[in-house]
Amino acid sequence: MSRVAVYCLAWALLLPAGCASVPKASQYEQFGGRPGIEALVEEFLVRILDDGRINRGFAEVDIVHLNDRLVEQICVEVGGPCTYTGRSMAESHAGLGLGEADFNALVEDLVDAMDARAIPRTAQNRLLQRLARMHGDIVSP
Amino acid sequence: MIPKPQAFADIFLAMLPLMAQAEGGRLLGTGGATQVEGAAGGGLVPWAVLAGYGTREQNGGTAFYTRVDTGDYALDAAGVAWTFANRLELSLAHQRLDLGPLQQQLSLPMAMLQQDVFGAKLRLGGDVVFTAWPQLSLGVQHKRLRDDALPMAVGARDGAGTDVYLSASKLFLNGGGGNQILVNATFRYTGANQLGLLGHGGDRGRRSLVWEGSAAWLPDPSWAVGLEYRQKPDQLAFAVEDDAMDAFVAWFPNKHATVVAAWVDLGSIAGRDGQRGGYLSLQLTH
Repeated sequence: MSRVAVYCLAWALLLPAGCASVPKASQYEQFGGRPGIEALVEEFLVRILDDGRINRGFAEVDIVHLNDRLVEQICVEVGGPCTYTGRSMAESHAGLGLGEADFNALVEDLVDAMDARAIPRTAQNRLLQRLARMHGDIVSP
Repeated sequence: MIPKPQAFADIFLAMLPLMAQAEGGRLLGTGGATQVEGAAGGGLVPWAVLAGYGTREQNGGTAFYTRVDTGDYALDAAGVAWTFANRLELSLAHQRLDLGPLQQQLSLPMAMLQQDVFGAKLRLGGDVVFTAWPQLSLGVQHKRLRDDALPMAVGARDGAGTDVYLSASKLFLNGGGGNQILVNATFRYTGANQLGLLGHGGDRGRRSLVWEGSAAWLPDPSWAVGLEYRQKPDQLAFAVEDDAMDAFVAWFPNKHATVVAAWVDLGSIAGRDGQRGGYLSLQLTH
């Protein structure tokens, strides 16, 4: 059916040209290496502590410790040469009673922070995909 | 008494602060737009997502207005939907099909066909973003024509009918090359002719299982660009009914509004071929 063929062609043309080219920089490099990740986590924490939806949950948290663990964790998730020394996601969030809205607010703050650091969208999406797998360990059933 | 346009504007302005009060906790775009029969979805196809941005701890809803103009015909649709705890969506939509030149050609006494669609959609499980398996929802759409004289005259069996559908939707955060890709598949058991505007059942069939699909690329959290395909039954001998398709761009400026512009190809409708044209849909979300 020719109508279908035309729409399939239109769809193929809409797909980003990036599919065809080999990425030059590693995901770790796209995040600006260790310094870039440190700057990103700082942006992220500023947004969390300023976010009226979720900042009460961080009132009792040791922010310096959280900062260091987040840098390690994001570094690991983007394929950097780091070791995560913190507790598991399930352990560190057990009993906090976090809901879907809390988790999503955190995701929105992270995306805002990544946008502010001008991290390429494709690199952001690769990280988001890995973090999304932690959803079940963080949100209370 | 019919309110004047100014009254509509006043009601709309009065609603704005209401819309801004509570913000749903789901991610931007995950409430979809409103499809032409009033369910959360794309333009032609219902998706497994539920209307609004409420999480399982919240309730929320949407209001929409859509216009499709194919030259010979124009379809206006408007309605509301409400979702309870991201589990059950109830919707109500009204459709008005302007018959255009067909009225003169067939010397019809009416200038338009109107129907109401009562919808319900239950999320069976899964989450469109966070579970490895797709979000899965089961829906029904009960459609009633205001006046079934024309559909019955051209061979329809009934002026009212109920569609049942199963939808699966999944957002791939990295759907290849770091691109976010949304995929939706819907299977519908329906007897509706032209969405039900030409009644249900016909001289060439009563009901059939059809499929509908959507795929979209999300270049940014606020934008989606995609395609939809909707298979339709072909049950009336007086005129063929084609499958429908569209190419759309959706804009989610914030969690209170959604705008969808599309190009739709509805094929042949009641003997008039090549019904293609623009589609515009506005949705407000609470």
